[in-house]
Amino acid sequence: MTTETMDTSLNAPLTAMRRSRGQWQDGAVRNVTRFAAWLVLLLLVGIGLSLVLGGWQAAKTFGPAFLWTDVWNPVKETYGGLVPIFGTLITSLIAMVIGIPLSFGIAIFLTELCPAWLKRPLSVAVELLAAVPSIIYGMWGLFVFAPFFRDNVEPLLIGSLGQIPGIGALFAGPPLGIGILTAGIILAIMVLPFITAVVRDVFETVPPMLKESGYGLGMTTWEVVRSIVIPHTRAGIVGGVMLGLGRAMGETMAVTFVIGNAHRISASLLAPGNTISSALANEFTEAISDLYVSSLVLLGFILFVITFIVLSLAKLMLARVERRAGK
Amino acid sequence: MSQSTKFFGLARRQFVGATAALAIGIASIGTAHAVDLTGAGATFPYPVYAKWAEAYKAKTGTGMNYQSIGSGGGIKQITAKTVDFGASDMPLKPADLEKNGLAQFPTVMGGVVPVYNLPGIDAGKIKLDGETLANIYLGNITAWNDPAIAKLNPDVKLPSTAITVVYRSDGSGTTFIYSNYLSKVSPKWKEIVGEGTSLQWRTGIGGKGNEGVAGSVKNTPGAIGYVEYAYALQNKLSYVMLKNKDGKFVAPKASAFQAAAANADWKNAPGFALLLTDQAGAESWPITGATFILMQKKQADGAKGMEVLKFFDWAYANGNKMAEDLDYVPLPASLVKMIQESWTKEIAGPSGPVWKN
Amino acid sequence: MDTTLYRRRKTKNLVAKALCYFTMGVGLGALALILWTLLSNGLSNLGLYLFTQNTPPPGSMGGLANAIVGSLIMTVLGTMIATPIAILAGTYLAEFGRYSIVAKVTRFICDVLLSAPSIVIGLFVYQIMVLPMGHFSAIAGAVALAIIVIPVVLRTTENMLSLVPPGLREAAFGLGAPHWKVVTSVSLRAARQGMITGILLAVARISGETAPLLFTSLNNQFWSTDLNAPMANLPVVIFQFALSPYDDWRNLAWAGALLITFSVLMLNITARLIVGSKAADPR
Repeated sequence: MTTETMDTSLNAPLTAMRRSRGQWQDGAVRNVTRFAAWLVLLLLVGIGLSLVLGGWQAAKTFGPAFLWTDVWNPVKETYGGLVPIFGTLITSLIAMVIGIPLSFGIAIFLTELCPAWLKRPLSVAVELLAAVPSIIYGMWGLFVFAPFFRDNVEPLLIGSLGQIPGIGALFAGPPLGIGILTAGIILAIMVLPFITAVVRDVFETVPPMLKESGYGLGMTTWEVVRSIVIPHTRAGIVGGVMLGLGRAMGETMAVTFVIGNAHRISASLLAPGNTISSALANEFTEAISDLYVSSLVLLGFILFVITFIVLSLAKLMLARVERRAGK
Repeated sequence: MSQSTKFFGLARRQFVGATAALAIGIASIGTAHAVDLTGAGATFPYPVYAKWAEAYKAKTGTGMNYQSIGSGGGIKQITAKTVDFGASDMPLKPADLEKNGLAQFPTVMGGVVPVYNLPGIDAGKIKLDGETLANIYLGNITAWNDPAIAKLNPDVKLPSTAITVVYRSDGSGTTFIYSNYLSKVSPKWKEIVGEGTSLQWRTGIGGKGNEGVAGSVKNTPGAIGYVEYAYALQNKLSYVMLKNKDGKFVAPKASAFQAAAANADWKNAPGFALLLTDQAGAESWPITGATFILMQKKQADGAKGMEVLKFFDWAYANGNKMAEDLDYVPLPASLVKMIQESWTKEIAGPSGPVWKN
Repeated sequence: MDTTLYRRRKTKNLVAKALCYFTMGVGLGALALILWTLLSNGLSNLGLYLFTQNTPPPGSMGGLANAIVGSLIMTVLGTMIATPIAILAGTYLAEFGRYSIVAKVTRFICDVLLSAPSIVIGLFVYQIMVLPMGHFSAIAGAVALAIIVIPVVLRTTENMLSLVPPGLREAAFGLGAPHWKVVTSVSLRAARQGMITGILLAVARISGETAPLLFTSLNNQFWSTDLNAPMANLPVVIFQFALSPYDDWRNLAWAGALLITFSVLMLNITARLIVGSKAADPR
């Protein structure tokens, strides 16, 4: 046994007992760990600060107009962030529109419809989608998905939806295979596991009693899900969705491969575009002038701020669910 | 204390010990080995630089690590002194060289070639001139069977496929040479877009590097793009027959590039900043250019600077065949002599000129 | 009671169920398709030469040896830099300052960093390390990877430590152990398995990261183990080779992609098998 034998004096207060043996270690461990926690905090502050400093020149030169100018002209040294910001938002939106129903379907399947022995392997399979590195998605997107999309799906879209007046403009243009829609679809597949995992976890926190009551009243599975499970877990669902959104906005490599790298806003979803992260990946190492570099860093800062806001909201939503579940 | 302060038990200690040994091992390997030179920049000469580096390493053991990140990147990195030399297809003007304290010299020449992807139409069957090319890239001509193209190609059955324009999404000297040519032959282009390593393109999709453009053109029926000649050959892309200054349609090949370079007046070009686009001569290819190396005039480490110059000296002397195999045009010997004289004059280490002739 | 209303509800239920099965199929199908693409393109290019020859210039034969070694070195280094910091910070969050302001803020920041775009981290390290040092280097790459590892390991450490039964801790206190000894000999030891899982997951995560390495360690054509110089790494090599028009480069890119994906998948499956999905989840 250790030499730290028990102090048998019942009168000694706990602190004195501690003070008499190894107090400096207590303080030391506490301070070292606290220092590490501070370090992590400082890291985030440092990242934010360095981005602000880097983007300062561009912010001063262009002002808030940077956010809605769509000019990106390195020759004439005028930069505006509208195209990348718009691209980031639009691809993320498409990813959400496609990804949320898919995630919901999979989560409902895993919690309500799946036989118990299949649950674990299937859940792991879905989570493995998150493990595949981003660059692999990019390669798969460019070499497998884009040609397939170009030859089979896009002509169909242009021929059918593209002919309808109004929304037809969304599907105009030559079938390139790459572009905003393709990037959105690949992003949907990438964020699917994140949303699915959160929604599935949240679905499982619904007290079985509530669901059984529904079944007892004669509700079908779908009615139980729609009227009991989903309303009960609203905050968690929103949290999961926002988590997926945050991920979609920050994706770099997969998007860079299939977005087409055009600094232009077009009405058509089949057209190429640009996102903040792909603009950075493409242009940062080659930006010659200080203003060019500063504009790119400013874009990085904007991305950082947007993802920060989205992820904070996600955290708040999920924290509310955890509190309700009694954690 | 009979029980020592084990934190996690034996397994953890062994793990920590093993990793520590590994780290020390790595660190010790890392500190003692041959000189490695780093260069970065243009994708245009990348195949030949990589080939030269491989042969040079086999011969001398010194590695020359060249990363093709684009001409813009090369200029930026050498200005920031994060590499030993930069490479750019766009020659810097003497004023810029002075401002950043850089010396500049060319290594090889090559041609930029417009390439297209039209299934059923072989290479060299499409003829274009500068004006039409500019209009395609401005987005004024959008289909292959446009009357302007048909006029130049009376005996080719042009399809109605839409033209997908492909350009460089990264900062590129190839873009500079191409846009410089278009600015010379099309006043509209010069006014709307201009010339530079990064441009605001009117239409089309961007590919990363010569490699990306070649890949995009290859993958998209109806596409047109511009790549350095070696990439067009490597990738078996269909090249365009271009009308040169003398009014003749020429195909891109080594002799056409040499014809364009024949009349170049290197002696009177400070910093060797010479542009070979739209040169006179019946055989000249209109979009020819040289590619340049940039080095800091004041070398912090004279020995390192010496190693870099030794590499290029070896390349000038021994690398011509390798360059020609990859369809580049080596520089004439007289020019090489001028370049080496400029080394002595311009590049100095802490103890005097690095290169002594 | 087979009224129209009942039939309508039944149909809706059936349709909904069918859609759920369909979405599951889509999810599994996507995974299967990606793995199939990797296998069909990469398997034929696997061979011992990948590990013995360096990356070639276009037109020559070669392998991925320097890229594999470079990735290994930077991954190990990044993990080594990050793990102590993350474990210490996680320990503070779970054991000492659980409800303090510092802990709350750090927890929040950690979650944000967990999903932050890795390219922003690459930018950050470029500004604080590459520019002042004057050159790209493997150590800058390792630092960028470390910043990505920290939130993952921190989260898992904190989760694992909070799962340790309070009874264990109380027993140790009851025996008269000081707080620090309880933390090191009881809590951390009990959570050891979970923390190793967290480290494995973090390693899996950084193995595939490309964007942060683009601006920090760049790439290297040759074999180099010099930490103070650019170092070859698998993701950037794949990025470069995949977009090239050279066939041998593209084949190498697929082989490399296969290697990375299967290492990452193996790490993930191992981690989950050790502790179980939910416990291993850093979210």
